[in-house]
Formats: sequence, structure tokens, C-alpha cells
Amino acid sequence: MRAVGGEKLSSRLWAFAVWTVVGFFILNLIGLIGSVLTSSFATRWLATWFPAGWTTKWYFSAWDEFQLGDVLWVTFEVVGAVVLISGLLGVPAAYALARREFVGKKFVVLLLLLPLLVPSVTYGIPLATVLYQFGVGGNLVGVILANLVPTVPFVVLVMIPFIEQIDPRIEAAARVFGAGTFSIFVHVLVPILMPGVLAALLLVLVRTIAMFELTFLVAGPGSQTLVVALYYAVFAAGVRAVQSIDAMAVIYMLTTLVWLIIALKFVNPTQIVARAKNNQNH
Amino acid sequence: MPALGGPLPKRETMTVATRFETLRLEGVKRDFGTFNALRGLDLTIKRGEFIALLGPSGCGKTTALNCIAGLLDVTGGRIMLDDRRVDTIRTEDRGFGMVFQNYALFPHMTVKRNVGFGLKMRGVPKAEIDRRVEAAIATVRLQGQGDKLPGQLSGGQQQRVAIARAIVIEPPLVLMDEPLSNLDAKLRLEMRGEIRRIHQSLGSTTIYVTHDQEEALSLADRIVVLRDGAIRQVGKPDELYSSPAHLDVADFMGYRNAVPGRVTGVEGDRVRIEVGDGASLLGRPMDGISSGPAVAMIRPDDLEPVAGEMGVPATVDTIEYRGREYHGLARTAGGKELIFRSSTPVARGAEVRLGADQDRVLVYPEPRP
Amino acid sequence: MSETPLDTGPNLRQRLRARGFDGVTMLVLPCVFAVIALFVYPFLYGLWLSFQPKTGGHLANYVKFFSDPFLYRTIQTTLILSLPVTILNLLLAVPIAFRVRLMKHQRILTTILVLPITLGTVLVAEGMLFYFGPQGWFSRTMLALGILSQPPSIVHGYWGVFLSLLITGFPFTFLLTLSYVTGIEPALEQAAATLGASPTARFREIFLPLLLPGLAITFCLSFVQAYSVLPSAILVGDPANTTRVISIAAYQAATEEYDYPLASAIAMIMGAVQLVVVVLVLGARSLLYRGPVAAAKG
Repeated sequence: MRAVGGEKLSSRLWAFAVWTVVGFFILNLIGLIGSVLTSSFATRWLATWFPAGWTTKWYFSAWDEFQLGDVLWVTFEVVGAVVLISGLLGVPAAYALARREFVGKKFVVLLLLLPLLVPSVTYGIPLATVLYQFGVGGNLVGVILANLVPTVPFVVLVMIPFIEQIDPRIEAAARVFGAGTFSIFVHVLVPILMPGVLAALLLVLVRTIAMFELTFLVAGPGSQTLVVALYYAVFAAGVRAVQSIDAMAVIYMLTTLVWLIIALKFVNPTQIVARAKNNQNH
Repeated sequence: MPALGGPLPKRETMTVATRFETLRLEGVKRDFGTFNALRGLDLTIKRGEFIALLGPSGCGKTTALNCIAGLLDVTGGRIMLDDRRVDTIRTEDRGFGMVFQNYALFPHMTVKRNVGFGLKMRGVPKAEIDRRVEAAIATVRLQGQGDKLPGQLSGGQQQRVAIARAIVIEPPLVLMDEPLSNLDAKLRLEMRGEIRRIHQSLGSTTIYVTHDQEEALSLADRIVVLRDGAIRQVGKPDELYSSPAHLDVADFMGYRNAVPGRVTGVEGDRVRIEVGDGASLLGRPMDGISSGPAVAMIRPDDLEPVAGEMGVPATVDTIEYRGREYHGLARTAGGKELIFRSSTPVARGAEVRLGADQDRVLVYPEPRP
Repeated sequence: MSETPLDTGPNLRQRLRARGFDGVTMLVLPCVFAVIALFVYPFLYGLWLSFQPKTGGHLANYVKFFSDPFLYRTIQTTLILSLPVTILNLLLAVPIAFRVRLMKHQRILTTILVLPITLGTVLVAEGMLFYFGPQGWFSRTMLALGILSQPPSIVHGYWGVFLSLLITGFPFTFLLTLSYVTGIEPALEQAAATLGASPTARFREIFLPLLLPGLAITFCLSFVQAYSVLPSAILVGDPANTTRVISIAAYQAATEEYDYPLASAIAMIMGAVQLVVVVLVLGARSLLYRGPVAAAKG
């Protein structure tokens, strides 16, 4: 249904202004991403609208120079472990929080909200110090542990409203028909929860690929993920050809976008940012 | 306080509807893409009338109401208030009162502020707002609840707030969109009486959308039956009840027994319909029938076992006691189910002949598929 | 949970259950343990460490921070960047969300806007370096259209970081705002219209009060993102000067000076400053209506 009230000139002007702003924003966004993409295929691109010629050689040189094979493997390991562990820790906790009222529940929810509200650098620096003390700083385990801090609460807070909207009588009915706790879990809960778990974990995946600050503070030379490697490449620009860095940036974009596209099949874009709106609303 | 803070005249004087004699829909159409929700409604409503728009879901009754309220633009035809055209005017300038299906109470405002909202928008002075809000709250019998938020009220109370909010602006026309559909049966009955009482005490014109024929019959002065975006029949409740103009209207008005057959002759102002097995019924010809394939429509309350050769032969399937009488389900040889009533118990499996008063048997032409 | 005295009556398990503790409740324990080990403990450790300076008394790190302009000015620098960006993002997001809510193909737009969020600040910074640079398409277009007479100096300064925060922050703010705006029952606006409220009055009387609590949350979450800006402040900013934000100071203390106590102290100050802003906003929010934004139902 349309907005109430007739379309007057002022409201048309207003709409025009709004769409101009949105259009300008999207145009610049496309230009920005397009610049990186164009540059990565450019032989030479100086002081002209478009490059002098096209080539794919930068992708090969970037692959070797930045050891992208290793970096991608590390990224894969980190992201895989973070997704798996966040799911294993987060989903059961979300289930308990959604289904039970217990003393101190508010405290637990607050505890889970904090990592999402405190700036990552604030807890990242002491966390890195602690991880180094325990001998996992600078390696893969440390990077995985650090990335769990925002993702576990994220999974819980996304899953709580999802589980709350599932009628608890379904579980009760299964129990009445003689199903034990284990078979309720396997035959009733898992199929019902699967869509929500998939969505939450895909979001964790996309966020972990792009998570910069925590990985940056904890990672050592052998445990950099793609985004951190990209940062160092951009930071040390001048050492390598710009096109080579852009080629790496495109590879980074592709790894993110593939998962983003898959994620968007299951979730509404607003869910990517609106973590646990329902929770904070009350 | 002026509503918009600008130098505009008071909004009350700007609204279109002050008093009117007739509201006319002239060929009102509304399309959603290729779907025709309204196919040209023609209807004249007189001041003070209580009109029910009745029909199954998807018949266009809510669309029609939204067009009158201005929440939807019409895509053809026009809506006239006496000689002023209102379909081109914005909702907020029409000055009609509306009660929504889910009440649409403002959740952040107290009952008093909800009720006073329309007056505030019209720039009515604070003292007068307070006085009129008090009176409206009293009218819907919610004294003492004025400072609560809608979320703290029961469904029936919220309904009363919604009505108070719509009537406090003393609108010449009140629109109600299935206002009772969210209430339980007992409250529905109670609120029905309230709505009727309020309508009569204010003397305003009311258009009431419902899918419940009983509600429409008990409330309305006139009922407009809609189907597929077109008006099927307009009439007083007793006219609609006793003489539905078309087969589908009869079906909707509770004529649940449909006995197919063939009209074989006219006898005075009655027609005879053969219903198979040599049985036949006499009934009133409807919708211009005089011969050919036909359907006899009979209410369950009018169909009962009869003695003699008249009536439809059937076998009793189930019978249950309903206090004053028995209700039964019987099956004809052709497998047709008939619902009937009986003042005496009938055994299951008994062979009966079911018949009804000639006045209560309506014979319609068989619908073309 | 163990304060229940053991006496006759229901057994311990039943009494725990009455308080909501049973097998299912225990499922929160691994998660809570992980958060305590990885978040609470390091945070408290950092707090303790910040009072154990390399030299001087317990408060030496904090004294050092607030007496060295190179350090304490980072608070101002961070707020001058993050507050205007967050406010601008909100001011843009609200009217656009009100338009988009009426759109049929919302999903296409929201999908495009999700891009910069998922790509992250590092990639946006890399793209900005060229696109907004003197030879980039933006500068070229501005010159070709005659809007500017010389290439703008956007990157490597305040406006570079500002734009980077706008590009990654606006979609975030917008999508959050949109989810709040579309959560408001459309019938409320219709009801207000039938009662004579003009579009302006409908916005002021209905939408704004219902939206404000959500906007406060949106402000906080957007502010957290902008406030902890690190990579773009270094890559497209002027990290020694106008965009030396507080996270750079903390990062440098930790990784360049290896002064972990000082780095922790700066991190704690960073958290405290953000907390002040968030508490102020949420405190104001608690004065507002916070019930459901759909029409109340029976």
C-alpha cells in the first residue's frame, strides 16, 4: 500500500533528493570497487581515464609475491574453525537462553552483549597480551581464539529470537510420543533449527573473513588472514606494483563475495547488521 | 495549540465532511496491477444510515472502505459527498473516523492521548480536548482507564479506545474495518450492542465491513453484499435474509442445503422442482427462473421431516440433541448431504422425507460453470 | 544457586529446577566459560596491567596519557571524526529509509548496500586511495564537469577517513534504521491520517517517538564502528596528525614501544570514553517509550 496522502510537488522533490543521494552513493561505490578491479587488469594506468592495456599477469605475480596460497589456506583454517566452534558453543547456549527462565539470565545476556559493544581494540590489546602469555599469540590457535570473542555472542544473540519463535509444544509433543532427549534433538530440533543455524553461521563466516582488528593484533607472520595480508600490502605500498596489490584486493573481494552471495540466499540483508534487534528492543 | 504551527486556518474548518445528505460511489474501480479488486461500484448512502459491506475474504470490501477513507487511490470512477468530489482529497482532509481491524492504537500514547489525537490535529483548544476526550471515554465506558497505555488493556478495552478515538472528532462518517474479528465470541456479542448503541446516540453515518452475516444482519440498516469486486445485492437485512437475489448470496446468507434438480412447471407464484427419485418441492422462483436446471436452497432451520409424498427422500446419518430440538444430517440416494432440524428424535438410519414451507424454499437457476 | 538449605521437602534437583536450573540450562555454561576466558579475564587483566606501569606509581600510565598532548588529544581527534560521521549517517539514513520502505524492490538496494560492510574498511581504503586520488575517476569527473578546478585532496587527511567511515558506516546505519522503520505497523500511519494528521504531523507524532529508541541503539552500534576505526585512519588518513585516533595510540604503544601496560591503559581509556557516550545515549533512551512498535493487539 502506498504512503497515505496525495503526491504533491514537495514530496516529489523530496523523493528526488533522496534518490539523488542514494544514486550518488552507489555510483561512487561502484567507481571505487571498479577502480580496484580495473587497476588489477591494467598494464600501465597513469594520468588517463582508462589503462593503456590489459593483462592478467598481476594475479600470478600477486599470488607468488604475497604467498596467497598460504594466506588463503590460513584464512580457510581460521574461518572454518571459528564457524564450527561458534556454532558448537553458541547454538546450545541460545537454546538454553530461549527456553529457560533462570536466576542470573539477564546477567548472562549482558555478558554476551558486552563483546559486541566494547570496541575491538579495547579488549584486543589485553587479549593479545594474554594470548602471548599462554604461548598461543602469533599463531593460528591465537587468531582463532581472538576471533571467537565477537562471533560466539553474535551466534547466541541471532539464534535466541529464532528459537523463541519455535513453538515449545513441538518438543513437548515429541516427548509425549515417547521420544527421548537424544532423539528429540536429532529428529525434531536439528531439522527445525537448521535454517537459523545456517544463516547465523554464514553471517559469522562473512564477518570473520572481513574481521581486521582482532586478527591484526594477534596474528604473527605465519597466521595472517587475507584481510590482514592485504592491509600490510597496502600499508607498504610502493614496495610492490599497485596493480599487484589490487589483484590481491580482487581475490579478497571474491572470497568475501562468494560467501556473501550464498548468505544472501538464506538471510535478509538487514539481518547482516541487525544482530539481535528483538532482544535489545525490550 | 495549532496543529502545524503554521498560519493555516484551523483544520476543522478545512476538512471536507461537516454534514452531508448523501455519499455516492459512482463506478468506483480499483486495480492492483492486472487484478481488479473493485469493478465499478455504484452505491448511494444516506445520512444516518448504518451500512454493512458483507462478503467473503477477497471480495473487495476492505478495498472499498480504504478507497472511501482515502488510504487507497481509486483507479476509476469517483466518490461524491453531496456535490463535492472527495476521492481526490487527502485522507487527513476528509475528516472521516475510522476503526481498524487491529485497532491501530498508538502504542506510545495513553488512552487519553490516543483519543485526543484527532482533536489535537484539528487545533482544538486544550481544555476542550480534555472535556471531549472525557466524554468520549465515558461513551465507550472506559472511565478510569484514561492514563493507561494500550498495551495494558484487554482486547475489548482496546476496541473501545479505537471507537472512542474515531467518534471523538464527531465525524459525519465512521468507517469500521472488521472491528470485532479479533475478539472472542462473548465479547463480540457485547461490542456489537455497543456499536449499535453508539451509532444511534451520535446519529452519524457508519460503513461497517464484515464477513460475518450474523453481524451484518443484526447491526445494519442496509447490507451491501460484495463478491469478486462487484455488488451482488443491496437490501435491508430482512430482505436479504428472506430473498437473496442470487444463488451465491443465498449460499452466503446461510442457505446451506442446495438440492439440485429441474424446474418442471409454474404453479401460481410458485415453481415445482423435481429433485430425483420422483420427489419434488414447491418453492419461490428466484433470479428469473421459470424452467430448466435449477437448485433449491433451504436453510437448515427450515428443513424438517414431513409426512406424505412431498419432500426429498433421505437416510438419516447423524442426529444430535441441541436443547430445544434435534439437528440431523441426512443423505439422499444421490449422496447429497442435507442438514435438517426435528422436534422429535429420529433414529440413525431411518428413511425420512425432508421438506420445508413453500415460502422458505428458494429456487435458483443452476449456475453456469 | 546453592544457597538453598538442605531440608525435607522437594529434593535438590527439584528445587534447582524450580529456579530454572536443569540439564538444558547447563548448555549456556561452555559459552559463558568461553566469554569469561576470552573476554572478561583479558579485559580485567588489561585493567590490572594498566595500573602496573613500567616506571612510576600505579597511576603513572594514566597520568602520562592525560599530560602528554600527543596522547590525550587522540580522544578529541577520535570524537571529532566518529561523532559527526555517526550523526550524518543517521540523518541520511532516516529519510532514505522512509522512502525505501515504500519500495517494491528493496532487496536489490539493500544487497548493494551490504557490499561495503562485508568488504570492510581495508578494501574500501585501498579503493579510495586510487578512486579519490588525484588521478582517480572521482577527481577526473569533477574536473571534466567543471565542478572543481584542481584535483581535490581527499585522501591522506581528515576527509579521507571521514569518507571511508561514511562509505562503510552509512550502509550499516541505514540497514539497521530500515529494519526499525519497517517494523512500525503501517496501520498506525493510516490511523493518524484518518484522524487528520498531515505527513509532517504523522512523522513527528507517530513515527519519531516510536523510532527514537531504535535510533538510539542504531546510534550506539554505528558509533562503536566509527569510534574504533583503525585501518582507514592509517591508510587513507594522516595517522601522525589529524587522524591520529586513540586506537592508533594504543596500537603503537603495544607493537612499536612494547609498553603493554601503557597500551592497556590507553585501551581502557578508549573503552571508558566510548562507554560514556553510549551510556549518555542509552540513558536518554530510557526516558522514551520502549514497548512494541506494532499496534498493540489483544
